[in-house]
Amino acid sequence: MKVPAQLIFGAALSAIFLAGAAISFFWTPHDVTLLSIPEKLAGPSGKFWLGTDHFGRDILSMLMVGARTSIAVAVVAVGIGILLGVPLGLTAAANRGGWLDEFIMRGNDLIFAFPSLVIAILITAVFGPSALNAILAIGIFNIPVFARVTRGGALSLWTLDYILSARVAGKGAARISLEHILPNIANLLIVQGTIQFSLGILAEAGLSYVGLGAQPPTPSWGRMLADAQTMIYTVPRLAMLPGLSIVAMVLGLNLMGDGLRDILDPRIRRGRA
Amino acid sequence: MLRYTFIRALSLSLSLIVASVIIFAVIEVIPGDPAAYMLGMNAAPETVDALRDSLGLNGSIPARYFDWVTGMLAGDFGRSYTYRVPVSELITQRLQVSLPLALYALALSTLIAFPVGVIAAARRASTLDYGIMGATQLGIAVPNFWFAMLLVLFFAINLRWFSAGGFPGWDAGLLPGLKALTLPAVALALPQASILARVMRSSLLETLGQDYIRTARAKGLSRRQATTRHALRNAMIPVLTIIGLQFSFLLAGAIIIENVFFLPGLGRLIFQGITQRDLVVVESLVMLLVFAVIVVTFLVDLAYAAVDPRLRRQP
Repeated sequence: MKVPAQLIFGAALSAIFLAGAAISFFWTPHDVTLLSIPEKLAGPSGKFWLGTDHFGRDILSMLMVGARTSIAVAVVAVGIGILLGVPLGLTAAANRGGWLDEFIMRGNDLIFAFPSLVIAILITAVFGPSALNAILAIGIFNIPVFARVTRGGALSLWTLDYILSARVAGKGAARISLEHILPNIANLLIVQGTIQFSLGILAEAGLSYVGLGAQPPTPSWGRMLADAQTMIYTVPRLAMLPGLSIVAMVLGLNLMGDGLRDILDPRIRRGRA
Repeated sequence: MLRYTFIRALSLSLSLIVASVIIFAVIEVIPGDPAAYMLGMNAAPETVDALRDSLGLNGSIPARYFDWVTGMLAGDFGRSYTYRVPVSELITQRLQVSLPLALYALALSTLIAFPVGVIAAARRASTLDYGIMGATQLGIAVPNFWFAMLLVLFFAINLRWFSAGGFPGWDAGLLPGLKALTLPAVALALPQASILARVMRSSLLETLGQDYIRTARAKGLSRRQATTRHALRNAMIPVLTIIGLQFSFLLAGAIIIENVFFLPGLGRLIFQGITQRDLVVVESLVMLLVFAVIVVTFLVDLAYAAVDPRLRRQP
């Protein structure tokens, strides 16, 4: 099988940020909590590769830890979506046409009416802002997405002969869902997971930009942009670097998702043949 | 169609009721005492009592919920604690910025996406197509608030064509108002247009592969004629859905973009509500936003069923 070029390029682009985030757990060029006013707004140099911000913090270190924040929020949010959405979708498909199916799908529609920003606003209004709110808000929004994809994929499988033989063999709906349906929709879930991951990065950036996400002193790309906004004319670098990081990370994940879909989704493969 | 509309309307009202219960529970029940929360820790007990009284918090929870909902149905969204005016007044004021902004962005994204998507589909697998697909891929990856900052840097600070933010009000005239909304609308429209153009392209390509298009071509229609007379109409159905789905993203995006440009819209109001702990404002505005999303979804579903009778069978 030929690996699509966009998959390689996308994976490589995402890998840079994943690596940066992973390394930041053990080592960053400078301490991001250390303020050094005499060195504020320094340009790129041997000491600070990408320069410093208005508090004299090293931009490269902040970008690395910021990547960690974004990725952690997005990954946990995807995890919430999968852990709750997939069982819901499997249950709905197993009861297709029944009241439980109807109930789950209407519930899905309802959650869809709450954009993650609105969920974040609701939670923040009562509990105050935190990175946990961002995770919850994006995670809740992911639940109906995964439920819908799971149900759609599972519905078409339930009509197939091998499922029928499994039923004849005496397997119950729950066992069939777990043993036969789930492995066969894993491809769909991987592709959707990549897409929701990239949407999560964008959403996290938006939430922390407006102050509903990660709080200082935790660096995050969205907060770095919010801080840079007033200095955009004097030090455009401060606004460019986090912005470009978000674009590159999201672009990498989207390209990876498209490439994975080309390989994993049999319908598209047949269409190309 | 009548039966379908009735069933959908029933499910619409049910969704609105459940949504309002969730919002009410999160804002008014979970924090315990909203009055104490709004005033902070150092408030005197008498002040808290007075606020609790003026907010009507002394009734039972079901009674308060009932008052809140019936009030909204009558256009009474409560009284803002910080602004000391009815919330409905604030909403009408702020909607004059937010609604035109959302519609402006929607119009821009549709106007850009349609021709771009159609051209990409017509020139499939050409350099132009690849260029367009690459550009839209980038457009999706750009956060709209960052794009907004770039627009401010180039068009407001460097070129001085637009102001960097603020809104003169419609009293200043239609053109100055639209001008102030132009950069925000462009920033909002870019990611939406990118998604829409891609949907337009793939939907049109799929339609062009259908048998009836081949028949039309066999009858002697040129490719262009077959596209404009037959394919475009049918390709519109998925595009319409996406426009409907994008509405909630547009609303959420507008809330963030308003903050970049300091526009006095609903988004600014909601954030001021959060920082000033004005729960009355937050509660009503969240309900309004969710209401808008649910109603738009309902309308798109109806438009859908009107265009494509096959969809009416599945309520």
